[in-house]
Amino acid sequence: MIDRFEIVIVGSGPAGLSAAGRAAERGIPHLLLERTDHAADTIFKYQKKKFVMATPDIMPLRSDMSFEAGVREDILGTWDRELENLGVNIRYKAEVTGISGQKGDFTVTLANGDTVSAGHVVLSIGLQGNLRKLGVPGAEWERVQYQLDDPLEYEDETIVVVGAGDAAIENAIGLAAQNNVVIVNRRGEFARAKPGNLSLITEAIESGRIECFYDAAPLSVEPGRITLKVPEGESVVACDRVIARLGANPPRKFVEACGISFASDDPGALPELSQTYESSVPGLYVIGALAGYPLIKLAMNQGYEVVETIMGNEVKPADEPLLENKFRVLGNVKVEDVLGAIQSNVPLLSSMTMLQLREFMIDSTVHLKQPGDVIFERNDYTNSVYSIVNGAVDVQINPLDPSEVVTLGAGSFFGEMGLIAGRRRTATIVAREQCFLVETPRRAMLRLINSVPAARRVLDQAAISRQIQMHLAPNIDPEMLREVVETAEIESFSAGDTVITEGETSNDVYLIRTGSMTVSRRIAGRDIVLSYIPAGNYIGEMALLGNTPRSATVKATVASEAIRINAAAFRSLLDREPDLRREIESRFQDRLVENVQTETRPESGDIIDFLVNQGVGEATDILLIDESLCVRCDNCEKACAETHGGVSRLNREAGPTFGTLHVPTSCRHCEHPHCMADCPADAIHRAPDGEVFIDDKCIGCGNCARDCPYNVIQMAYPRPKKPGLLSWLLFGSGPGPGEDKRPVVKPDGARESAVKCDMCKDITGGASCVSACPTGAAIRVRPEEFLSITNLARFGR
Amino acid sequence: MHEGFLVHSNFKFLKWASALCILSAVAYAIYDPLDVQSGGTWLGYGLGTIGAVLIVWLMWFGIRKRRYGGAFRLRSWLSAHVYLGLSLIVVATLHTGFQLGWNVHTLAYVLMMLVIASGAFGIYAYARYPRMMTENRRGLSLDEFLSQIGDIDRECRQVSANLPDEIASLVLKSSNETRIGGSCWRQLSGRDRKCAAAEAFEELRRVSTNVGPEHGPSVRKLLTLIGKKCSLLATVRRDIQLKALMDIWLHLHVPLSFALLAALTAHIISVFYYW
Repeated sequence: MIDRFEIVIVGSGPAGLSAAGRAAERGIPHLLLERTDHAADTIFKYQKKKFVMATPDIMPLRSDMSFEAGVREDILGTWDRELENLGVNIRYKAEVTGISGQKGDFTVTLANGDTVSAGHVVLSIGLQGNLRKLGVPGAEWERVQYQLDDPLEYEDETIVVVGAGDAAIENAIGLAAQNNVVIVNRRGEFARAKPGNLSLITEAIESGRIECFYDAAPLSVEPGRITLKVPEGESVVACDRVIARLGANPPRKFVEACGISFASDDPGALPELSQTYESSVPGLYVIGALAGYPLIKLAMNQGYEVVETIMGNEVKPADEPLLENKFRVLGNVKVEDVLGAIQSNVPLLSSMTMLQLREFMIDSTVHLKQPGDVIFERNDYTNSVYSIVNGAVDVQINPLDPSEVVTLGAGSFFGEMGLIAGRRRTATIVAREQCFLVETPRRAMLRLINSVPAARRVLDQAAISRQIQMHLAPNIDPEMLREVVETAEIESFSAGDTVITEGETSNDVYLIRTGSMTVSRRIAGRDIVLSYIPAGNYIGEMALLGNTPRSATVKATVASEAIRINAAAFRSLLDREPDLRREIESRFQDRLVENVQTETRPESGDIIDFLVNQGVGEATDILLIDESLCVRCDNCEKACAETHGGVSRLNREAGPTFGTLHVPTSCRHCEHPHCMADCPADAIHRAPDGEVFIDDKCIGCGNCARDCPYNVIQMAYPRPKKPGLLSWLLFGSGPGPGEDKRPVVKPDGARESAVKCDMCKDITGGASCVSACPTGAAIRVRPEEFLSITNLARFGR
Repeated sequence: MHEGFLVHSNFKFLKWASALCILSAVAYAIYDPLDVQSGGTWLGYGLGTIGAVLIVWLMWFGIRKRRYGGAFRLRSWLSAHVYLGLSLIVVATLHTGFQLGWNVHTLAYVLMMLVIASGAFGIYAYARYPRMMTENRRGLSLDEFLSQIGDIDRECRQVSANLPDEIASLVLKSSNETRIGGSCWRQLSGRDRKCAAAEAFEELRRVSTNVGPEHGPSVRKLLTLIGKKCSLLATVRRDIQLKALMDIWLHLHVPLSFALLAALTAHIISVFYYW
């Protein structure tokens, strides 16, 4: 047999498998070389039964091998079958030690001395072959390992896990079920981990299930014990096993020996590649994790593309049909023309590379609106951002008079307030002429501003100008505001940060654009909260107008952002605009009166303080109970359980009380929901009316339940259906309405899923906890309306 | 802002109920029957029909409150239930024409008045006890009180480990024999005459003067702990008492309502049967 192949693929991970599959399908003489005795070693080494995600969801898979989200075992089984069916020529236990030669005539040398000659070589060896090792004396002990297949293999051992990444945490948590686990973290916190894993490990450490050494590093290993360097000196830990999960580096020595050059000297740097994944050696291609694409689906698409490229076929990117389909509303147009138009017309989107723009457009929606079409309405809860590629829209700035409009033309964008504030739309937008709009969801937009600094600058500038105009000076010519806008800056505050300190002499004005703040004053040695100021309001005008030191302290209740407006610029604006001056002057008087009222009734301020400490500041809609009316009948809980398949999503009795105001454990539908931050299945959404809800894509991972600081999400099995009211009343069958004393047994085949309040969004009549309250004690409120002194007076102690 | 069931919609149902009462009274005053005033006159039949329809509708509340979800406010139903229920006092009394006797008709009337009386206590309880319950709990939940008591028991056992048997047995008595809740009467009374913790406390005070000096600090510690436990127990029992007071009347109100429904049926059938 002549060992000469058109394509030799090194490494049988997802990328290599897919490339070999394509070559086999096309009938090209090929050889797939695998170091171990099985395919896809990285996934083979995943923890048993690990659930593998297929992100990005929307990207189509283009490969002769199949892949969808599922359990490790199923994925490996499918691939093995397909390798056989496609007739892939794979050689196992064939470790490559060198590649030399040039396009058309490469020689691949194997560890056993054999050589293979190849027209083209595809390098898809990933990173896992080059795991970082412990590198301390004694690390050759046979019980020092760098992977973990099945945590349940070990029992009653003391195991030291070294590392602070996701793999280390997943191993530690898995092992802790039946072992004594110690985790060693080089740093003071688990900063590299996914949020879900972060909360898992912190919880395990706090509860004592796992012991953690922070700021610690291994010094040496001896059979039966490991010595750690800790801040206080050295510490010896007796152990039965050491598992080090320290990540992986590109196998640089090997890759460089093949003649491939790297982008930089950084150990994590990747090989330099062309658009078609060709390395600095013509005919030698690099794909997969080593090329910087760690996602399985993307790597598989590359495998397909690289083989087509080698065959001389021009490959359209995998997303081409998706974009074609998206742009169909525009008529018969070419994808590249549309992308070109977007890039040249919209400054916000012009600084992206073509690849970034394609990805961005896959997440976005394209609209062609006719004159008079409403794009969104004031008070909607949507939070996407629109860019105008062609045409113009009218922004209705006065809710009472739709004819009062501001026109935005091609190149502008709107809806960015929803992006930053997570609150309702502040204006209705109507198409003025036929216009071509790009609608981008919040997540994609955030990704854009985090990765393209130029886009963030454009967005911030426009946002400052619009917010100042909207909240401070709605009737003033934008030209007059120029000086104020140009000197304004955005400042961020964490929860509890002081924005203004009582007595200081600064006099800039702050416009709160996200979050909320409290105003307090020190009276008789105690901080008395005077008022709660939600986003969209300004603070600090008292010192400016009165030219006095600050009369009160302002603190952020939650993570907040404010636009700091320069005092001199603002004062000169007031000098030019007497109407504005009068308006602000009268607001100033109102506040003076309000503050005096509160000072004489400090208990209302105490309640604001209490509610803010309960995190009410970041809520958009919260359930409260007036305990002077609550007869403790628990009908709210019963109604909740009855309307949501038997599981109550609120706990009336739990939660703190101040005076007669009780905050039960129930979802607050946060402005920026913590639960949404790390949902791998993307199952948590915000409905147009503001409800945060979980859809049936939930895979039951529990991340949201751990991420929620208010403990309002629980994991539950679906409950069996109850008999009807009459058959319970007349025949006594089954549990009656509102009662369910059956023990929770796991139903066959059922999976736990996350449940939380959805404010009964699918039920007419609104939240059933409130409608079922017989005495009117349960109320749902929006903090920006509720947290006022007059409303709160009745709850005092 | 928000309002309770009594104030609901600016006393809408109080106004309706008052109107019904006044109309009934005026009609009663001006109507001049051939015979004496009674349930058998045209006005009597009219008031009787209104009363019977009201009673059936008022009892429907029990079903209404168990149908969860939908465009209604249970608060407004309760408000109507309360005021229209009270209006029955006038409507039904005028229906009788003050002719009472030892018969099934008067039985229905008496049962109705008992149902109303129990309901009236319910209104009183709902208006008064919720606030008292909150004040009594001082911002903590019942579970938090119970776990505090558990903590005290554990600490007492630790402290008493080295003390003479006589004292250790008092601690055991306090932690093992204290009962919270219990019979209906016990719950309603809000106290336990034979509270093991209180007895142990008294006993401990009595013997504390006789212990040796080496045990002095431990015994004083025990006295503080069990004293605190007694005060926590008082709070918990008060909580249970208030909850029981809010619940107890329903246990009369509902069965009496069904008895009333039966008597009312008998009343109506007999009236038409012997017409």
